[in-house]
Amino acid sequence: MPEPVISIRGLRKSYGDFEAVRGVDLDVQPGEVFAFLGPNGAGKTTTVEILEGYRKRSGGEVTVLGLDPQRAGRAWRERIGIVLQSCRLDPYLTVRESLDLFAGYYSRPRPVDEVIGLIGLEGKADARTSGLSGGQQRRLDVGMALIGRPELLFLDEPTTGFDPSARRAAWDVIAGLRDLGVTVFLTTHYMDEAQRLADRVAIISRGEIVARGTPEDLGDRESRPATIAYRGPDGEVSLRTRTPVETLHELTGRALADGTRLEGLEVSRPSLEDIYLELTSEAAEE
Amino acid sequence: MSALALVAHQFRYDQKAFWRNPASVFFTVMFPVVLLLIFATVFGDETVDVNGGVKTTTYYVPAIITLSVIAATMQTLAMSLVIAREDGRLKRGRGTPMPSWVFIAGRIGNSIVVALIMMALIAAIGRVLYGVDFPWDRLPAIVVTLVVGAAAFCCLGIALTAAIPSQDAAAPIVNALLLPLYFLSGVFIPSDQLPSGVIHFADAFPVRHFFEAFFNAYVPTAGGGAGIEWGHLAILAVWGGAGLVLAARFFRWTPRGG
Repeated sequence: MPEPVISIRGLRKSYGDFEAVRGVDLDVQPGEVFAFLGPNGAGKTTTVEILEGYRKRSGGEVTVLGLDPQRAGRAWRERIGIVLQSCRLDPYLTVRESLDLFAGYYSRPRPVDEVIGLIGLEGKADARTSGLSGGQQRRLDVGMALIGRPELLFLDEPTTGFDPSARRAAWDVIAGLRDLGVTVFLTTHYMDEAQRLADRVAIISRGEIVARGTPEDLGDRESRPATIAYRGPDGEVSLRTRTPVETLHELTGRALADGTRLEGLEVSRPSLEDIYLELTSEAAEE
Repeated sequence: MSALALVAHQFRYDQKAFWRNPASVFFTVMFPVVLLLIFATVFGDETVDVNGGVKTTTYYVPAIITLSVIAATMQTLAMSLVIAREDGRLKRGRGTPMPSWVFIAGRIGNSIVVALIMMALIAAIGRVLYGVDFPWDRLPAIVVTLVVGAAAFCCLGIALTAAIPSQDAAAPIVNALLLPLYFLSGVFIPSDQLPSGVIHFADAFPVRHFFEAFFNAYVPTAGGGAGIEWGHLAILAVWGGAGLVLAARFFRWTPRGG
């Protein structure tokens, strides 16, 4: 097992009496896209800003690329890229100039044109950033974080507030990072974003991790009751069952024997969205 | 890159952004020129009773240079740093390997270059339109005064950002501080027209001391001399030092709003 890129043990952060992060444990492995999913105010940004070295933790152990972010210096910053949740770019510089400005901050930057290609802004290279759409600005923001050849990239809610086509374009850029071998730590409050981009997901609610796993088996989806619905002679029927195969067999056997039809027969598992909402509302009700 | 090359890199882009920004070009470059033309036209050939009597135009050339230097340093820095802070750009820069001081150094370099350009521009207009000679024989005094003044007002501008909560508040706060001081310090209204009480009040603030020092370096006095006003410069240096201490203590890199 290689050394994790990010390792968090018992992380706590309090603001006065309020505990924003209450004992988080996490490992992020090299080369994976890790999604930190949760509703607004769950502690996502607090956690990511502790990992980025912007905030000091109240307790626990944190290692990012082998170092404690609170004490890490310039050499460590050479190896990470940061896209903040909200950051406006200099409106008077062009796309190319913004990237060249940041390239100067790093010791072995990627060529500017290569990054322009990665973020799909070839046609806008010499446009001022003020003339870009919100989605294009965010892609440039990602480009500015990639210019230093980071091993680890932090993306804090990269598509919040985007229209569907802008989200898709941003997703394409982020999905392309996998080919560069960059480890990505992504925060989001969109389940579909985590599902689309992430290898592994952790769900945080009220400062605690309530579920973790691959997007497929998150929240133990396989073992949750399935719903069987159909229209019988007496109207709509909906059954919840943990043994859908047996229940279906029984139902269809009876229908065949009786000569009735199961109109609109449907078997469904809870969607990830359902599980996410259930998990985050359970925690909220505590 | 070496630290110096990094500052030059940052400075180059600060210059680009400055000259492309219509607001900064208007308030820092056009506004002083327009003021000089208006004052020279309105008050024409009157005489101002300072330094043994000087023509109004001779009075206003160093006065407007004083204003230009303060606009290029304190005003430009305070406004542009607050905008960068609230945009999240200061915070973002802190996330890169670039040392934070490089960002500030680039901005200070930008301010000083703009201040020098403005001095040259106003002096040239004064020479060509109004026959006000640039005091080449007192160049050391001009340089020393400019260096001390620009440094002091840069420090004050950076310190002032701590008192400005948002981008929208930047221009009103800066102007509310500086415009009255220009009036009370003799920059807009010749000193001989101001009641002595007003001058005494203005003496409590740095604008008056910078103006006095620069004026006496620019316009020869009856007694001659090198023109370096050590007393005024010392007070300016104290103001600058206080600004530096406040800036070091209260400057913030992260947005205040959200």
